[in-house]
This record gives sequence, C-alpha cells and structure tokens, in this order.
Amino acid sequence: MEQNTFELKSGLAQMLKGGVIMDVMNVEQAKIAEAAGAVAVMALERIPSQIREDGGVARMSDPNMIKEIKKAVSIPVMAKVRIGHFVEAQVLESLDIDYIDESEVLTPADEEFHIEKNNFKLPFVSGCRNLGEAVRRLHEGAAMIRTKGEAGTGNIVEATRHLRKIQTEIAALTENNLEEKAKEYRVPVDIIKMVFDQKKLPVVMFVAGGIATPADAAMMMQMGAEGIFVGSGIFGAQDPQKMAEAIVKATMNFDKPEIIAEVSSGLGKTMKSLEIDKLETRYAGR
Amino acid sequence: MKKIGILAIQGSVIEHEKILKKLNADYYLVRTKEDLSSLTHLIIPGGESTTMEKLLRTYNIWDILQEKINVKSLNVFGTCAGAILLSKLGMDIEIERNGFGSQLHSFYADIESDKFQNLKGVFIRAPKFTSHSNDVIVLATYNDEPVLLEQNNMLACGFHPELNDEVRIHEWFLR
Repeated sequence: MEQNTFELKSGLAQMLKGGVIMDVMNVEQAKIAEAAGAVAVMALERIPSQIREDGGVARMSDPNMIKEIKKAVSIPVMAKVRIGHFVEAQVLESLDIDYIDESEVLTPADEEFHIEKNNFKLPFVSGCRNLGEAVRRLHEGAAMIRTKGEAGTGNIVEATRHLRKIQTEIAALTENNLEEKAKEYRVPVDIIKMVFDQKKLPVVMFVAGGIATPADAAMMMQMGAEGIFVGSGIFGAQDPQKMAEAIVKATMNFDKPEIIAEVSSGLGKTMKSLEIDKLETRYAGR
Repeated sequence: MKKIGILAIQGSVIEHEKILKKLNADYYLVRTKEDLSSLTHLIIPGGESTTMEKLLRTYNIWDILQEKINVKSLNVFGTCAGAILLSKLGMDIEIERNGFGSQLHSFYADIESDKFQNLKGVFIRAPKFTSHSNDVIVLATYNDEPVLLEQNNMLACGFHPELNDEVRIHEWFLR
C-alpha cells in the first residue's frame, strides 16, 4: 500500500475541478458554504478584506476553530499557513485536515525560502503570478496551483493578469528553449518539459484573488481556470448564502450567459471593493 | 445502439474522458436534463457528492435520473462521489462518506477481484460500503471490504479507475 504520494496529493485536487472553494471563518459559514455547493472550504480567522482593514501580522488560524469546522462538514477542509512557516504547516498536518495553502494573504515568515512541501504528507496549494513562480512551487512539492490575484480587493484585474501571463508563458515554450527557460525559472528541465508536453501545468490550476461576482467566476472559467477560490467575495457580501449559490451555479454554467444573468439578479451589495493602485500592501508580490 | 454520457458538473470528468478515448468510445458531456434524453450509459465521476447532488436537484436532473435508473432504461457507473450518489439514487447499498479517512489516509493499493486480475486502486478520501442487499454483487474487495459493487444497471466503485489508466472496469460497464 502506498500513501501520501504525489499522485494521491494531486489526485484530490483533480476531484475539485470545476468547483468553488470558499473562505469561511466559523462553523456556521462552513455549513452555508457546503449547502451552497462548495467543493471545499478554506478555514481562516479573518477573510482577506478584514486582514487588510485590521493591518498587523496575519498568521495561521486557531487550531480549535479549524478542528470545529472539520467536524462540521463532509467536504475537504483547507487552511492557510504563512509563506515559509514550516511549523505552522506541521501543526496543520497534525490536525488531519485535507490541504494546506501556503498563502501570501498571511504575513510571510521567510522572505528567502518557501516551505519544502515535498517533506509533508499533506498536499499543498500555492499561489503564483507567472509560470516561473508556478514551476518553482511545483518543484518544492505543491500539488495544486492557484493564481494570486490581489486578495481582499474584489477586483478581478490581477487574477486576469496572472492567468493570462501563465498561459502566454506556457505557449511560448518550444522544443528549443526548454533548457533556457528551466534556467530562467530556476527549476530542473524535466518540470518545464512536462509543462511543454501537456501544454498546461501538470497539476490542477484554480484562480484566486479578487473574485466578487458570478460573472467574475465564469470569466475565469472561460479563460481556462479549472476552478475558483472565493475569499472575501462571499462572506463579505450582503447576502452570503445567495452569493455562494450564485457563484457555484455560474462556475458550473460558465458558458451560459442566460444562467449567469439569472443568478446575478438581486444579489444585493457585493463585498467592499478596493482600487489596486491605492493599496498600502500588495499581497501578490509576496 | 449505445449512447454514453459523462456527468460534467465538476470532478474527474477529463480523466473519465481519457479512459473512454482509450476504449474508442464516443461520449457526450451531460450538464442539463435534455442531455440525458437518449443516453443508455451514464458515468458519474469522482468529485464532491454534496456539490453534484445540490446542482442535480437545482437543475431538475435528479428526479429524471432516479426515474431512468428505476425503470432500468439507463446504466449508471459511479466512481467515489458517483458511488455515493448511486446509493441515494436507488442502489441498495449503504455508504459511509470518507469511511477510509481524510486525505492523510488516502492510498493506492492492490485490490482482490476474481473478475479483474492484478487490479490496483486509487482511494482518495474514499467512501466505505457498509452494507448492501442480497441483490448486489461484490466484484472486488480491499481488506475484505467491498470496493466495487454491481446491482442490475448500477455499478458503484469506491476508488478511481480513471486516475491510473485502468480501462477494464469501464469496459465491463460498457459490455
């Protein structure tokens, strides 16, 4: 019997494809997310928009809160650790959750190194802005990739930029430049070769960071995302339950504008949004 | 004449497509009740069963599916989440969700089967089949627990043949 292999780690992400993963801050929200059709929940103490408002150092959530959420739902539970904070990752692994997000939304603990994710039994999802970041995270052992976007802003523009950038850089790989690109991206050439052969990342790629409406989710899916993370977009909205259901339906029916129109009607206020040029801290650069 | 569909709400849809392509079988992706109309075979992929059930009910596919299974006009093959849905759509099996544990306990192992030699299975947060009626035939076991079960037009699989290029179970379903 084999356990905790890369295939089993990335295999769980394959099961989440086409779905929506929602940030939740307590048991009640986790239940709302599950009932609305989320494929997984991300347990954290404060959604990104609140982290922005509060300022200060943002860390891994209280293990108790994560355990409560784990008990309350049957769908997979994910939780965030600070970039480079391998002890927070050890703690999450001991809680027997399903996925760890090494996240730029929290305050980085190491400016030089990310967590050596191959050393862990639990799978990791990692954020990226471009192909170089994506393949470096894969080399460290990430089993799922998401765009960074700009979390907590309700502004989709950065997620769009990151998704398009990754796709453009994958399309620019040729038989002849694989060695050169491997050097440029600072990874072994076999990872680049895999991306070139498959014409996509060798793991599932979701979009995250700034999704605030059903149309945002559908746009990302039409552009080639394999699924959606929604952070502040749901529990920062006026009617979270309605918004959660609407984003799930729009993600499934991403190519049917009439359904997106229907689910976008009467949603109330979306989350409070921010202009990216006026941000004090841009998380994506972390 | 067979007409095969894969339920394409979310989950391991592409992986099942790859297996059907290997078998040179044509298929349709099913996302509306209209897509079900003339199907003879439907695959329900791995994924999250709560998500799929919610959306099947929202778009009024659930009742039609249940009816077609009941009158045996449709053969259905469910892997993992798909098997959980089969237990709710009329198959006489009881299921414990994530019965083999959470992600840390996911595993890849040899499976005992008289029908399929040297079978290996990928179990990801896999459900356990805790009981079944006499009408249900067990086609494979792991540690003496049933992991592949058949009842008339329904085939329920607790693991993911679509993840390790295992084509024989799909072949059996389409026989």
